[in-house]
Order: sequence, then structure tokens, then C-alpha cells
Amino acid sequence: MVRRHEAPSRSTPMHYDVAIIGAGMSGLAAGIRLAYFDKRVCILEKHYAYGGLNSYYTIDGRSFDVGLHAVTNFAPPNVRQAPLAKLCRQLRLTRDDFAMHPQRFSEIRFPGRTLRFSNDIAELTDEVAREFPHQKDAFQRLLTVVREYNDVRLDAKPLSARRVLRAHIDDPVLTEMLLCPLMYYGSAEEHDMDFTQFVTMFKSILLEGFARPVDGVRTIIKMLVRKYRSCGGKLRMQCGVDRINVKGGTVESIVLDSGEQITADVVFSSAGFHETMGMCSDHSQNVPDDPVGRISFVETIAVLDEHPHQLGHDAAIVFFNDSDVFDYAVPNELVDLRSGVICCPTNYEGHESVKDSLFRVTWLANYARWNSLDEVAYREAKASLLADFRRRGESVIPGFSPHIVYTDMFTPRTIQRFTGHANGAVYGSPRKRRDGRTRVENLFICGTDQGFLGIIGAMLSGVTIANLHVLSQA
Amino acid sequence: MGQQQVKEIILKIIETIAPDADLSDVKSDVRLRDQLDMDSMDFLDIVMELRKRYKVEVPKEDYMQLETLDSCAAYLAPKFEAVAAS
Repeated sequence: MVRRHEAPSRSTPMHYDVAIIGAGMSGLAAGIRLAYFDKRVCILEKHYAYGGLNSYYTIDGRSFDVGLHAVTNFAPPNVRQAPLAKLCRQLRLTRDDFAMHPQRFSEIRFPGRTLRFSNDIAELTDEVAREFPHQKDAFQRLLTVVREYNDVRLDAKPLSARRVLRAHIDDPVLTEMLLCPLMYYGSAEEHDMDFTQFVTMFKSILLEGFARPVDGVRTIIKMLVRKYRSCGGKLRMQCGVDRINVKGGTVESIVLDSGEQITADVVFSSAGFHETMGMCSDHSQNVPDDPVGRISFVETIAVLDEHPHQLGHDAAIVFFNDSDVFDYAVPNELVDLRSGVICCPTNYEGHESVKDSLFRVTWLANYARWNSLDEVAYREAKASLLADFRRRGESVIPGFSPHIVYTDMFTPRTIQRFTGHANGAVYGSPRKRRDGRTRVENLFICGTDQGFLGIIGAMLSGVTIANLHVLSQA
Repeated sequence: MGQQQVKEIILKIIETIAPDADLSDVKSDVRLRDQLDMDSMDFLDIVMELRKRYKVEVPKEDYMQLETLDSCAAYLAPKFEAVAAS
């Protein structure tokens, strides 16, 4: 008879004050807050890389970002109530830790019209007055509404952004042009967005603006991991959660993929609301009231032999739409080529020394379509998209194709595989849970499905949930 | 502990939270919120730092006692004494 030795971790599970599922921006930020204030914290990350929806990878010695085109919410140092300033204070970080360089400008391009914007709203105001002279005052009134709206309150009522815009802006093309960048950078909802989300995006993109660390998102992620560890937080990689044991409405333990159990007084999850509730042992109790997010993207990336600005393309980001109506929805086909986002990281200030000059195009894509392809069809679909990518590149930089020295691509399928988010949904569910609560008493959602947006928003999401449900509760 | 010492402790904590804040001319009797553009997140941090560094507890219903440096000193000095005595 074989005598079995129980591993010590089986008989006495590790106990933490807080366990956090996911080492993305929100989980790491929550972890820093909690560990700094002497909580015993453990972050459980399924993947071997940190970052979640904002991660990075290296292929053939070349560095790529997933997700990040721009850090939004870039505000000057003296604006103390700006989200970036709040975040720095909350995480005991300085602006220098983010090593960000501002954009010069970006553009919204529709047929026959272009609105240029920068980190100074006066530039967009002038552009609106130039392209839409009769909307000049209306736009000013909209700015006032946006500035005065409190978008960070946790109990805002749902309100259609299109409805509010119709009340202020008479020209539907201007409405579409404003919605285009704001939806692309954060809307989990198709066709319309919630007005609170609209205001958050408007402030972070158009009133504040874009910046980027020279080395991309890895600078931020690595800095967060360093900070978290220096505060005494524990980080376990390749450590997926198999099940959250719920008993009597509270989390009793977490079972890891390895079979090991851990216990925690409080559990945060950045895995998404739907995904997290699916892990609960009593998932039959779930009320299927939250729609599952469907907005996903395909991104094609080229390394060029010269910087785009040397080839005559100076915008950091271009949001394009090929008609006067902007249709933000999951396409029926693999990809919707009619609109998209072009990102040129080296068009930010201070990026002249960057070795690889990237040109990235992001389009709306259909997860189910991509996921149904067999390997051969998947490769063919990618090859076909590469041809579309070259055409789009040519439209922005004439003579584009000969400058390509390397290409890569990720699809909704890639996103689903690496982040675990259902449908490869980059912005999560259209329904946000701003206070992070779930039907399980000590289980809270942070990150995408909590609803603060962008990189700075993701980190503030973790901070907010940590403050609300742990630090202010003692 | 004297009230002056408590004020210095509070200013040191604010310096940790917001290294860029100008603390050279903070008025003792004016709301910190207004002088230093602080918000409720910052006040939570003062409370948390007091606990972390000095084991001084400030219950939620007393947060408004931290409005000014003067009120901080009056409210916290006995608490510091109590912790020191225990």
C-alpha cells in the first residue's frame, strides 16, 4: 500500500487578507494600495506575463504592445485633481515613474473632413470652428456640460450619450466624429455609449490627452510590479483559478488549477464579471442579467524601415471612418474595414531613438467568426487582412508597402486566449458595476467591468475598489 | 505629545502622499482641502498613514475632525497620548 504524503499547502491553505485574480493594471494597482497599508495580499495570474488586456510581448527580438496605443488622461503636473495626479498620490508614485512623453497631435478623419486635436483643447475648438462653423457655440456648450459633469460618482444613472449630444449638436457628422475616438477607446456598448462613460472618455482623450512611455506599456507594468513587490505583495504567475468556493453567500476558498487551495477574507477579481461569476462553485445561483461584452478588435502591426514622420505621416493616432455615419458594432464579417485606428508610437515626442518604428491599424472584429476558423482558414484570413492593411497604409503614407520589414497581428481569438475575457471583449460588459459589488458578499470586481476606462482608469479602478471595500472598512 | 508635534506629523504625512504639494505656508486654521486641493481619497490616506505609522485609529465618523491642522492637533493629540501610554 502506498502511503500518501499530503503537501503542507493542502492541509493548511495559505491565508491572505485579500486575494486578487489577475495581474493587470487594476489588480496590480489594488495590490499596491493594500500591500502598502500592510495587508497580506496575493495576486494570482493565470498567464506567464503580467498586464492582462494591456500587455506586451517580444517576437524575433522585436517588442510589441497589446492594447496600449496611448496613455489617455495625460494632464500637466499642476492639475492636482486630474486622474493621473490622483493615481500618483494613491500609489505613492511620481509622474517620472511613468516616463511619459506627450503626443504632438492626433486626428479624426471622415470623408472630406479632418479634426485635429492635441493635449490642448483649444486646438480642437478651433478645428470644430473651421470644419463646422455653425456648431462653434454648440461645441462650447457641450464642453461646459462635460466639464461640469461628475463622471466618477459610483451611482450614476444610465443615459444615452447620443441623446445628450442631439440636444446640443445639430450637425450629425460632428456627433459621429466626436463619438468615433471615444467609442474606439472604451465603449463596451455597440451603437451608443453611456453618457457617464462618454464624459470620462471625452475628458481623458480630448480635454486631457495622449502620452506614451518610450518603451510602451511594459514601462508601466514593470514599474507597478516592482512597486507591488517592494510593498511586500505576493505575486504568483501561471497560477490560474479553477474555482471560487462560495458557501452561504461568501467566498470560502479559492481552488487553483494545481488543486491547491488558498483562503482570503476578501477576493478581488479583474477577470470580468461574467467570467468571475462563472468560476463560483454555486454558479447555478447566477442571475443572467449582465450582458456579456462583444466588442473586440483585430490589430495588424508593421515594423517600418523609417519612422512614419520621415515618410510624411506625423499624427500619433488617426481615427478614421469612411462614411459620414460611424457604425460602432460587432461586424457580421471577420473584420469591419470601414473604420479603425492607426497608431504610430514613434510620433510621440521623445521617441526619435526608438529602434523599431511601428505602424499599427486596429479594426472592429467578430470573435465568433475568428474562433470558428480552422488553422488553415485562420492563416488565410490573416494573410487576406494583411493585404487590407497594406492598402490602408498606402492611403496614409503613399509608397507604404516597400517600407515594411516585419509584420505581426493579433485577433479576438488571441485576446481571448491570453486574457481569458469571453469573446475577446476588450472593454468587457456593457453593464458596469461601478461599486464592484457582486452577489457574493466578499467578492468584488475591479478592472474593465468596474468601468473606469483607459490605462489610468484601470489603475484607478483597482485603487477605488481597494479603498471602498477594504481600506475604509477597518 | 504636543499639538505642534501633531501638526508636523500631519504635514509629513501629506508630504508622503503628495510630494509635489507646497507645504511652506500652510495655515493652521484654514481647511486643508481648500489650501492643498485635497480630496476624500487624500483624507483616507492621512487616516491610513496614521494607522500604519503610529497605530492611531480614526473612525469614519470622525474624518471631519481632520479638516484643518488645528482641528487635527486638537483631535489627535489625546489619541497619540493614549497610544504612547498603552
